[in-house]
Amino acid sequence: MAKTIDVPVLKPYIEIPKLQPDVMAGSGPYIAKPDMQAALGFRGELPEDWQSIALNKMGELLKKYRSFQVYMDACVKCGACTDKCHYLLGTADPKNMPVARQDLIRKVYRRYFTLAGKYFPKLVGAVDLTEEVLNDWHNYYHQCSECRRCSVYCPYGIDTAEVTMAAREILNSIGRGQKYSNEIIGKVYKIGNNLGLPEPALRDTLEGLEEDVEADIGIKVRFPLDEAGAEILLVTPSADFFAEPHVDGLVGYAKVFHQAGVTWTLSSKASEAANFGLFIGSYENMRRIALRIREAAIELGVKRIVFGECGHAWRVAYSFLNTLAGPFDFLDPRYPVPQHICEFTYDLLQSGKLTLDKSVNDHRVMTFHDSCNVARASRMGNVPGGQFTIPRELIKAACNNFYDMAPETIHDQTYCCGGGGGLLTDDLLELRIKGAMPRMQALQQATEQYQITHLAAICAICKSQFTKVLPYYGFKMDQVISVHQLIGDAIVFQTDSEHPENNTVT
Amino acid sequence: MVLTTIYALLFYFATAVLLFGVGYKVYQYASVPAPLKIPTTPAPTTRTGVVLRMLREVIWFESLFRANKWIWLFGMLFHGALWLVLLRHVRYFIDPVWTWVILIQPIGKYAGFIMMIGLVGLLVRRIAVERIRYISSPSDYLMLVLLLAIGGSGLMMTFVLHTDIVQFKAFMLGVMTFSWQPIPPDPILLLHLTAVLLLMIIFPYSKLLHAPGVFFSPTRNQVDNPREQRHIADWAKRLEDASSS
Ligand code: SF4
Ligand code: SF4
Repeated sequence: MAKTIDVPVLKPYIEIPKLQPDVMAGSGPYIAKPDMQAALGFRGELPEDWQSIALNKMGELLKKYRSFQVYMDACVKCGACTDKCHYLLGTADPKNMPVARQDLIRKVYRRYFTLAGKYFPKLVGAVDLTEEVLNDWHNYYHQCSECRRCSVYCPYGIDTAEVTMAAREILNSIGRGQKYSNEIIGKVYKIGNNLGLPEPALRDTLEGLEEDVEADIGIKVRFPLDEAGAEILLVTPSADFFAEPHVDGLVGYAKVFHQAGVTWTLSSKASEAANFGLFIGSYENMRRIALRIREAAIELGVKRIVFGECGHAWRVAYSFLNTLAGPFDFLDPRYPVPQHICEFTYDLLQSGKLTLDKSVNDHRVMTFHDSCNVARASRMGNVPGGQFTIPRELIKAACNNFYDMAPETIHDQTYCCGGGGGLLTDDLLELRIKGAMPRMQALQQATEQYQITHLAAICAICKSQFTKVLPYYGFKMDQVISVHQLIGDAIVFQTDSEHPENNTVT
Repeated sequence: MVLTTIYALLFYFATAVLLFGVGYKVYQYASVPAPLKIPTTPAPTTRTGVVLRMLREVIWFESLFRANKWIWLFGMLFHGALWLVLLRHVRYFIDPVWTWVILIQPIGKYAGFIMMIGLVGLLVRRIAVERIRYISSPSDYLMLVLLLAIGGSGLMMTFVLHTDIVQFKAFMLGVMTFSWQPIPPDPILLLHLTAVLLLMIIFPYSKLLHAPGVFFSPTRNQVDNPREQRHIADWAKRLEDASSS
């Protein structure tokens, strides 16, 4: 039964709500079916002795992840993080305060893994692992988008995302996986991408794009698939292949590559940049997904790997790919592995090989949404903070009207779109709408101040989430666009005497 | 003499628990691998940069400052003053007393008040702010009460009811050199000592582990260089070996 959702009213500033215990208690996501679990190497259903299995798993993770072990001990309950989560601000459910979310598992940790909790459980707030606790885990560890905003403010850097990942891994180990994430990982293994788009359909789509772009600008911009010997392998979120506004971003990358005069290709084997193994905290699955990219790069004999606009994908790519699937010593050592498409375009711009006509975008007044995992879990370029400056430099190079939202809502203090970390599913729609509130508030404020017309983003999840939730807040769904759409629209194609093969103007 | 024996033995016990307990936790933190690079970015790209980040964190409470000015203020007052008070107390453990310890004595004495202001501020917030009340367990309040008892009894002895500090120092040095001297049977001193010993004993079993823990927090102590260097844990390496063989 569809429940009516109270969409938060946007105020002139963000109010810390009065707590409403358990308002989101029944809002957990659908549970994965046994066969989806099996495909990922997890138990299918909750077994009778689930408690002991869960506790064993917890013990194992405490020995495998320093973050989890230290974060279980170090929190002093100072409260600094309590108002930092967009889900707390949007839902008012106290269990969405980062520390309270951690406590759902910490109180079990204390009970079974610490002396104080074994002997004085009441004193230190330790509890037995009961079915009620299990349900809370399922609910509230799926109300965290692993956005790491809390970790920015905690005096010990406690990252609730790490705790959420551990909790989800424990849940998976006892057959309580989340349908959305696990189903998608299964599709990646079977077909190669999150959307389950098979190779022929992908090829068709790309050919269609080629025709559209040619009809549009009169230049044959290529969208190659599985072309061995290309210089660059582009790995991009599968939403880029047809969803709006993502696809205009893909067109933008293709135009940039065209203008750069490089050969490039997509891969049907690695036709997905996102790595949902991250969401469920599973190193094994994350590694298995990452290895497809290595294999594709070897098979196609490329020299460089470039990632399209995708937030969590970029985190796994930037921070983990080398560790999970490296070393990449078979690639051209002059370039970082992997590179972000924004880095690629930025370098091109810096070296004067890209001419942009800003006036094309004069009808747009832009602002930029820093995607959480790009902002707080990765970098671009070679100085810290390049992940903030490079996309902004690109936008400013492509249009005349750019304004930032309020400073406490951008850069590493950015608010998550509300749909990250495996929550971009309709069974969590209420959470997604409410969680988007802080970002919508900042957008609203900037809109009043600067008459913003469009919100640019570099993440497939952000783009999909905004498309869905913007209308609930009185905006239009097409106000969100890709950074590379701006670039693509503004590119002035130049004839290139060195690479005449690129000058196929018809 | 019974009192002296009890306190002397308690001192050995508490010291042993503190050292071994914290030693064990530090060993544990150091030996559990951090299998992935997870610094909260923007993060330093060099070791030196990380050391500076850590120093800003433990001296200036940089993240807390960005988060909440009130908690920062009270936390800063408490921890800053605590350091001065602790350093001042070095005089009871050495003979002759080092010059710098003598020099900070006057500031150290008054720092006790600052410490109390910080603690009261934290306690009031814990009770008054709904969100912090929600996340507090009895132990969180008791910890503040214990610290307040230590600070309060200490201030009493410094400013109101002086204890026989010369005799106390003789006791302390006696405990350290295993030639026990009688402890002054002063109730406030005994309360002060009992609370301190209790704190030492619960240290390795409580949230006081934040003190060593902060240095092991991967979001703060990692260098941001994952594209340049692989960062593979032993257990993850085994997955690799298993799939390649
Ligand atoms: S990681 Fe993000 S969503 Fe999760 S608790 Fe922290 S702020 Fe909230
Ligand atoms: S900011 Fe850190 S230490 Fe403070 S309550 Fe939150 S998680 Fe705990």
